[in-house]
Amino acid sequence: MSMPALTYNFAYLDEQTKRMIRRAILKAIAIPGYQVPFASREMPMPYGWGTGGVQVTAAILGADDVLKVIDQGADDTTNAVSIRAFFQATAGIATTTRTREASIIQTRHRLPETPLRDGQVVVYQVPIPEPLRFLEPRESETRRLHALEDYGLMHVKLYEDIARHGEIATTYAYPVEVEGRYVMDPSPIPKFDNPKLDRSPALQLFGAGREQRIYAVPPHSRVRSLDFEDHPFRVQRFVAPCALCGAADAYLDEVILDDAGGRMFVCSDTDHCATRREAGHVGEMGSPPLAPRDAPPPPLRRSDGVGGPTAADPLAAPTAEIAPPPTLPSPARGEGGPKAGVARHAEAGLRAPAGRNAP
Amino acid sequence: MTGDAPLLLAEGLGKDYGARIGCRAVDLSLHEGEVLAVVGESGSGKSTLLSLLSGAQAPSAGRVSYRRGDGVLADLALMPEAERRLLMRTDFGFVHQRAEDGLRMAVSAGGNVGERLMAAGRRHYGAIRAEAADFLARVEIDPARMDEDPRAFSGGMRQRLQIARNLVSRPRLVFMDEPTSGLDVSVQAKLLDLIRALVEELGLAVVIVTHDLAVARLLADRILVMRAGRVIEAGLCDQVLDDPQAPYTQLLVASVLTP
Repeated sequence: MSMPALTYNFAYLDEQTKRMIRRAILKAIAIPGYQVPFASREMPMPYGWGTGGVQVTAAILGADDVLKVIDQGADDTTNAVSIRAFFQATAGIATTTRTREASIIQTRHRLPETPLRDGQVVVYQVPIPEPLRFLEPRESETRRLHALEDYGLMHVKLYEDIARHGEIATTYAYPVEVEGRYVMDPSPIPKFDNPKLDRSPALQLFGAGREQRIYAVPPHSRVRSLDFEDHPFRVQRFVAPCALCGAADAYLDEVILDDAGGRMFVCSDTDHCATRREAGHVGEMGSPPLAPRDAPPPPLRRSDGVGGPTAADPLAAPTAEIAPPPTLPSPARGEGGPKAGVARHAEAGLRAPAGRNAP
Repeated sequence: MTGDAPLLLAEGLGKDYGARIGCRAVDLSLHEGEVLAVVGESGSGKSTLLSLLSGAQAPSAGRVSYRRGDGVLADLALMPEAERRLLMRTDFGFVHQRAEDGLRMAVSAGGNVGERLMAAGRRHYGAIRAEAADFLARVEIDPARMDEDPRAFSGGMRQRLQIARNLVSRPRLVFMDEPTSGLDVSVQAKLLDLIRALVEELGLAVVIVTHDLAVARLLADRILVMRAGRVIEAGLCDQVLDDPQAPYTQLLVASVLTP
């Protein structure tokens, strides 16, 4: 009386679709920064949740790949957890939260702090791939502007920023010029991450599912953020270091602690923060060093039981990998429990804030 | 400053919209610093002619040639699109009848004027802004208002802003499509004064389309009268207006009200 077990092709998409996406990816790599149209498929998740990135990842994923998924820098938020679970279930590949160990990193709105290396692939989830969209609503016209390299309009936007705010107020999705030719939207990463795109040894792929576009920055490509001679491109600075790990050069998230103006600034890259704390770095609101994350994680629950990582696999760290310090009551863990972010703040001896925003 | 070679030359120019005639067999030449008025009633093919001359539309018959900076007379229709668009934002200007069509309404006045400079590759904010402010002052817009967007401007100001936006790249040739219609008469008079002064100062060649003979008389050196898509009379402005030959031109001149 049992239903037949639902089986998926490796990484969900059928092989013909993956070929079609790979062709688009190859073309995108051949023309850095150029938006290649592709026949985006319906995915079992809503648009805006990274359907473009998921399709690109599905097309390039191999059985021996190690996948890391981040959302705003964090491995433990809804979007990252569900996409990681999706590929665990449909491809049975190994996953990790450690930037260094990953061969493919799918990301929403951040690049890891840890420098990327040769052979890694970053897959960006892109909501609106067209950098000229808000200035020129006609797709036929923006394509023509790209074809003719007619990018004066892009500077009109930056001009308006300076005229209105006294400086270039664009802080995310900051337009870049790739290899001296195409102007590209680097997806809504903070402009803090823009310099990391330049001459990166990793291959960077961008997938926009709803808009049906794929574009790419091949390894070691020149990526220049647009600016004016007298208003050069600058990244934002933070006044205080990370409250948990003390990192002074990382991109920080603001966390509201109470309704009396209490706040803390913590690394948005959870892997970076945890790695630093394991190494003994402590910020002003942090507690003594964490136990290493390589402690055996709880076994994964799988629907089909095919090809899943074993509990002993150190790469298969589950969603709540940051262990709370032993002095505090252990927060709920595992599926359906609060996110690890809550554990982080509990660790700082503070009331847990409202969860991070869903995508 | 003008040689014998015309700046713009149209030969046997025609445009059909299916079975309807846009314009037919138009020949004209325009020299540097010359102002040519195209007059005629609504639907006579004036605007079609203007869009053919400015390269916005491709003709069905004949050709339009433009003498580039290097002295070569080039056919607009045969030019690569990149070059044609470059001309449009450097050598050409186009002043639309409705300022809203020629301006970016969500972009500040300074940004509107600076757009052509940035499109030409200028990347110094301070210099772009200074030049935009200078041009706004020349069209009598207070540079203190350069950070306001055109929605806050009156009709006359918008039209002047559109002119500044076109002239900032120092074009050689400006096309104007009924630039003063829709404005009240006192504003019209001021705008005409301004256009006349700028045309003289910058040595512009202008093709101006108008149904208002007074505008033609005030600005133009030569005049072209159109009816049903054809040129029915052409000549020096005073000659055509004071001694019209074609019956339709006589009617047109006779129907001007004199207060």
